[in-house]
Amino acid sequence: MTVESFLITGAALATGERADIRLEGGIIAEVGLIPDAAGATVVDADGLIALPGLVDLHTHLREPGYEQSETVLTGTRAAAAGGFTAVFAMANTSPVADTAGVVEQEASLGLAAGFATVQPIGAVTVGLKGEQLAELGAMARSRAAVRVFSDDGFCVFDPMLMRRALEYVKAFDGVIAQHAQEPRLTQGAQMNEGALSGELGLAGWPAVAEESIIARDVLLAEHVGSRLHVCHVSTAGSVEVIRWAKARGIDVTAEVTPHHLLLTEDLVSSYDPRYKVNPPLRRAEDVEALRAALADGTIDIVATDHAPHPVEAKQSEWDAAANGMVGLESALSVVHASVVANGLLDWADVARVLSAAPARIGRLRGQGEAIAAGAAPELTLYDPSASSEFGLERLAGRSVNSPYLGRTLPGRVVSTFHAGYATLLDGVVQPSDEVARHASAAGGDRG
Amino acid sequence: MRHLLSTRELTRDEAVALLDIAEDMAAVQQREVKKLPTLRGKTVVNLFFEDSTRTRISFEAAAKRLSADVINFSAKGSSVSKGESLKDTAQTLQAMGADGVVIRHHASGAPYTLATSGWIDAGVVNAGDGTHEHPTQALLDAFTMRSRLHGTASRGKGLDGVRVVIVGDILHSRVARSNVWLLATLGADVTLVAPPTLVPVDTTGWPASVVYDLDDALAGSPDVVMMLRIQAERMHGAFFPNSREYARTWGLDDARFSQLPTTTMVMHPGPMNRGLEISALAADSAQSTVREQVANGVSVRMAALYLLLSGERGEA
Amino acid sequence: MARIVLAQADVQRALTRIAHEILESNRGSDDLLLLGIPTRGTVLAKRIAAVIQRIEPSAPAELAGSLDVTMYRDDLSRSGIRMPSPTEIPATIDGKTVVLVDDVLYSGRTIRSAFDALSDLGRARAVRLAVLVDRGHREFPIRADFVGKNLPSAASERINVRLVETDDVEDHVSIEGSPE
Repeated sequence: MTVESFLITGAALATGERADIRLEGGIIAEVGLIPDAAGATVVDADGLIALPGLVDLHTHLREPGYEQSETVLTGTRAAAAGGFTAVFAMANTSPVADTAGVVEQEASLGLAAGFATVQPIGAVTVGLKGEQLAELGAMARSRAAVRVFSDDGFCVFDPMLMRRALEYVKAFDGVIAQHAQEPRLTQGAQMNEGALSGELGLAGWPAVAEESIIARDVLLAEHVGSRLHVCHVSTAGSVEVIRWAKARGIDVTAEVTPHHLLLTEDLVSSYDPRYKVNPPLRRAEDVEALRAALADGTIDIVATDHAPHPVEAKQSEWDAAANGMVGLESALSVVHASVVANGLLDWADVARVLSAAPARIGRLRGQGEAIAAGAAPELTLYDPSASSEFGLERLAGRSVNSPYLGRTLPGRVVSTFHAGYATLLDGVVQPSDEVARHASAAGGDRG
Repeated sequence: MRHLLSTRELTRDEAVALLDIAEDMAAVQQREVKKLPTLRGKTVVNLFFEDSTRTRISFEAAAKRLSADVINFSAKGSSVSKGESLKDTAQTLQAMGADGVVIRHHASGAPYTLATSGWIDAGVVNAGDGTHEHPTQALLDAFTMRSRLHGTASRGKGLDGVRVVIVGDILHSRVARSNVWLLATLGADVTLVAPPTLVPVDTTGWPASVVYDLDDALAGSPDVVMMLRIQAERMHGAFFPNSREYARTWGLDDARFSQLPTTTMVMHPGPMNRGLEISALAADSAQSTVREQVANGVSVRMAALYLLLSGERGEA
Repeated sequence: MARIVLAQADVQRALTRIAHEILESNRGSDDLLLLGIPTRGTVLAKRIAAVIQRIEPSAPAELAGSLDVTMYRDDLSRSGIRMPSPTEIPATIDGKTVVLVDDVLYSGRTIRSAFDALSDLGRARAVRLAVLVDRGHREFPIRADFVGKNLPSAASERINVRLVETDDVEDHVSIEGSPE
């Protein structure tokens, strides 16, 4: 089968200039004024912004083990719907991604599905139990070439284990992505600890439980000269600690989720489990600090922490409900609403925090490259003008636990191109069989 | 009133009206025929996910004295997983035609979830949810205070200027929360006394002052001292060193009790730990309202059920 | 527009006549108890009792009380929430002649509720009914023993009884709405 080529016309690049973009032969063949389609499928991108394909450093794909919530296929369809061309799949599957076998299986499921590059994250400790190191080297050397390791969902709490993990992954330029949560301070925690938790009678998750772990970890990273990544930073205090660490020259990067940039703990007053997430939604002051930190570079990236759950896991009383929200499909609109609409970030910044920087932190080649001739053919077309109620039809994964349903959000992802072919075209996620055929035709090149 | 989920949402007028109706209900409890036909044909389900015989029989008596049919549904120990059971149970009750559901649940907010989920049309009464609220307990406490202070002239009155000291595990107490909101709404002046570990980290939004010294609080000769039950297992969470130290520092012992004016009411939501948070002398004194609280509980719950279940469905 | 059908003096005269009729029918004030149905029935019961006590100084001091029937109504789920009023029974009703007093007799449903309420309180020797206005349209086999004024009316009309104690205006009874 011949590989389809595309001519995207009249798109606005992140820099603001208008250009036509031709995808052909597995690369971006040409960017500029292209008068002749030359047999390519023409995609009218007038009024749309072309961004490099988005890269999510923090996705839960749930496969293997929790396929009722999400699979690699459904999760990457959600990714395509949200403009993502690569996702880092967290390790808390069943079995846990703590061996070369599991991470290779995940990577190959991603390749076969073809909707996005699936880059597995390896567990730091065996079974995420925090007791002994997983086979980090074997996962790094495997075909999945794991570079990011995380026990996300759990904190690598033992300081000695954390130190060893930070040191050990230096051997292959890996990074430990820490879920910063002091377990003893958060036993039974249900929401941000503060005035509201006291009123609602929900056990508090204090900011200090996050901040104290980040403080410890940046000092450990400094001591052993390692690279540290902090998952889902959620408090103003954490921002201060990271800012201090960066000023000191410590090699730390940090992510914030879209929901922590937009939503606040007040939503918990409804006891609606859609708003239950870990770390919990925080105060408006925290949201402000996180936005400012993303704007000034203290926080490097936005990562979704896309966490699908079946309907029954959210149709319950608050305590019994699962933590987490789906986020891939809504991420760009939420970033738009929270930091672009108010001028804190421009679209070039968005390309950095949602594409270039996460690819760099995760050492993922062929992703996050600026749109230019010769770059990998990964890109997203976004319509910033539309504003609409976020409805079920915007969700493309298996689960619907989105906190944004019924909320008006700006913008809409129109098309996504991965490996030179469309995974989302004119707002329609492309048929799975077609995408799989393209993927196999593209030669299974993981880039 | 569609549901009674928290005292926080009650206006002063609503709270006073409920207490006034409870006065009428209390009068009925003095008659030979204690039953009213008011809720004939209505079905009230006592849905208890947590054991509480006292609260359950109080609601049961209230519903029966209004001639409602009562179904007791104890979900505790059922094999259904926690999350599913609330929804499944609600749908079962809906199918059975429940008009009112009295719910006791270990999870804060569960009554709220039941009332807003759309799983059931019934009016929902919160009979205690986790560490959140226990509105009928606060209402019966307020009723008891009002009756002691104003007797037969209680009707229409609030608790303006009444000084109430609440002592104990504020952090985990749904009784304390419901009382703080309600008593403040009714005009009382509330002081909370507890070890700092048992007070929420931020109570700036609470209409109450917080102090740590019980003797200081009692020196002000309050009108009411309400002792909360302290659960011994709290010491495992390092909230206080041991029960002896707790009793000595925050217990209403004989010495503290004897310093109080004889007009000061001593209240306790029960069940009491005699010798821990309250001495036997204080608990059994004429100043103690513990038994009145139990009797008033039925009247207040009758009033709540009346307000929820009479009138047209769907009315605000 | 509302049309006045009983002015202040008419109301007073009617109550005085009812007081006389009650005394006559009961052959004095022995074992007599007037229970008004809140809110205005209670006021009327007190007024009639005052007249009786003037006529017969030997009449018991606690002649009038109040009987709330809210909890006994058969239409609770057909209207908004009704706030009950206190029931105040000055003495046992056992063996008494109880005169129920209400402002307007209409369908008879309120009085039917009152029978239920009364029977929960004890066993009266006899139960009588006094009303200021009887406007007809009965839905129960109930009739008043003592009537201030018969006022045939259309169902579409409203009869308003206003008393100084409850309404802060001079006593009067008016009728409003179209007779169609």
